[in-house]
Amino acid sequence: MNRYEIALWVFMLAGFLGFELIKRVSPLLHTPLMSLTNAISAIAVVGAILITGEKEATTLTRVLGFSAVTLSTINVVSGYMITDRMLKMFKKRGPEKK
Amino acid sequence: MMESVYPLLYILAAASFILAIKWMNSPVTARRGVFIGEIGMLLAVVGTLLRHEVVNYEWILIAFFLGSAIGVPIAVYMPMTAVPQRTAFSHACGALAAALIGAAEYYKAKPHGIVMIALVIETLLGFLTFTASMMAFGKLAEKLPQRPITYRGQNFVNLGVFTLAAACGVGLVISPEQAWLFPVFSVLALIFGVLLIVPIGGADMPTVIALLNSYAGLSACAMGFVLDNRLLITAGALDGSSGFILAVIMCKAMNRSFSNVLFGAFGTIQTSTSKTEARPVRSASAEEAAEILDAARKVVIVPGYGMAVAQAQHKLRELHDILSKRGIEVSFAIHPVAGRMPGHMNVLLAEADVPYDRLIEMEEINPEFPRTDVVLVVGANDVVNPAARLDKNSPIAGMPILNASEAQTVMVIKRSMSPGFAGIDNELYYLEKTLMLFGDAKSFLTGINKELTTAGANN
Repeated sequence: MNRYEIALWVFMLAGFLGFELIKRVSPLLHTPLMSLTNAISAIAVVGAILITGEKEATTLTRVLGFSAVTLSTINVVSGYMITDRMLKMFKKRGPEKK
Repeated sequence: MMESVYPLLYILAAASFILAIKWMNSPVTARRGVFIGEIGMLLAVVGTLLRHEVVNYEWILIAFFLGSAIGVPIAVYMPMTAVPQRTAFSHACGALAAALIGAAEYYKAKPHGIVMIALVIETLLGFLTFTASMMAFGKLAEKLPQRPITYRGQNFVNLGVFTLAAACGVGLVISPEQAWLFPVFSVLALIFGVLLIVPIGGADMPTVIALLNSYAGLSACAMGFVLDNRLLITAGALDGSSGFILAVIMCKAMNRSFSNVLFGAFGTIQTSTSKTEARPVRSASAEEAAEILDAARKVVIVPGYGMAVAQAQHKLRELHDILSKRGIEVSFAIHPVAGRMPGHMNVLLAEADVPYDRLIEMEEINPEFPRTDVVLVVGANDVVNPAARLDKNSPIAGMPILNASEAQTVMVIKRSMSPGFAGIDNELYYLEKTLMLFGDAKSFLTGINKELTTAGANN
């Protein structure tokens, strides 16, 4: 039970931390927040790499893992790029400074 | 020896993600947040590649390349109006990745006990979120009907499918060797995801997308339990709680509970109490509208999904510029569920170069309506419907709304008198102080802007 004990602690702390952090994000930025968290959830790529890269991996595992790495990479790349693209648009003063 | 560095890299990666979300709380620091998020992901990937279990790199590198080849064009060429669809598609990818990894882990080791429970959760959430997100994508991209599709006993069917899937899951936990259960389990989860979204209509999408965001994160979190990887648990939990909170905010903003949104098939109540005779409304032309706007001192614009559909945000910005130059105070009132996803209106208006300090949230702007001379409603309907406050039997009763009816004059740009998503009539349109501006939002606004500039030139 020991290794899962620590895992549960981490889960509990991370959950509360996430709650506190997100609470403070202005509704103005909810859409870029979503695309940012999409990119972060692509952390699944870590699991995918571990599965695909193993020595004893079977073909089935390789194929599943390969697909998972590809899908996660799509998310990471497009997630961060789109978030940045959106954020670039948020300006405080309009272009006319008459 | 190199590999003992990876736990440290993981910790740094998790810290980076935490900072990324923290810095997202203000437009000033937000881009820094993206940057540190990228660093975090880089650390995580490098750390993982260094681990001794990872020996075969070719497939991984090809997958990176393929993923980037698909991801980069999507990010560069996607129009901003497609943000809701792309978000749904992204959830689909993320959830499918988690589900596939769960499947791979299962076939590799047929684990027992707690690991199996986590694996079942990971795969269940992963597959159902995958199909649900693809359905959401279809509805948002308007490839699928946006009306909710319901039939009698639907909730029982959905519950039944879910229970079967859960039963298979339990069976797998009890005896993981029953390999035949796994494909059955997966298919049931996939079907459930589809069934879940079928009864949900377009305007409830903001809540659903937020919820799917949460599920995709939670399945990555469950993966962390399966692989005993604290980075996965942390990042997954952050993503999970983010989506969940956004979903709760959306529900509060519509004054409906989760179960109501998911299982309540909102929007099918078409002719409950609406009277069918056409009541008279006052309408106006672009010229008249321009005159009224010109004479105002304070104008509030209420954008809605109709603005997105008509692509009118640029014309609204032009209007904002023209009026501001004449010393008129112009602000935009943003209701939390306007549009098809949280923050939808903000992104569209920002894209049109509207300075973000002009975009004001509902709680902040509601007290200002009584001293507002003109409210211009563009493609928004239910969010300004007084029935939410006054009519207890209304489908939208209790929903917090923008108190547009309290302003001096109300002008509504709408294509026709047909009811909005909730299928009910809007008292706002029949008030003495309200003028309907019939037409397509973009063309009408172009007309108003033209009238304002020529009138101004003649003064």
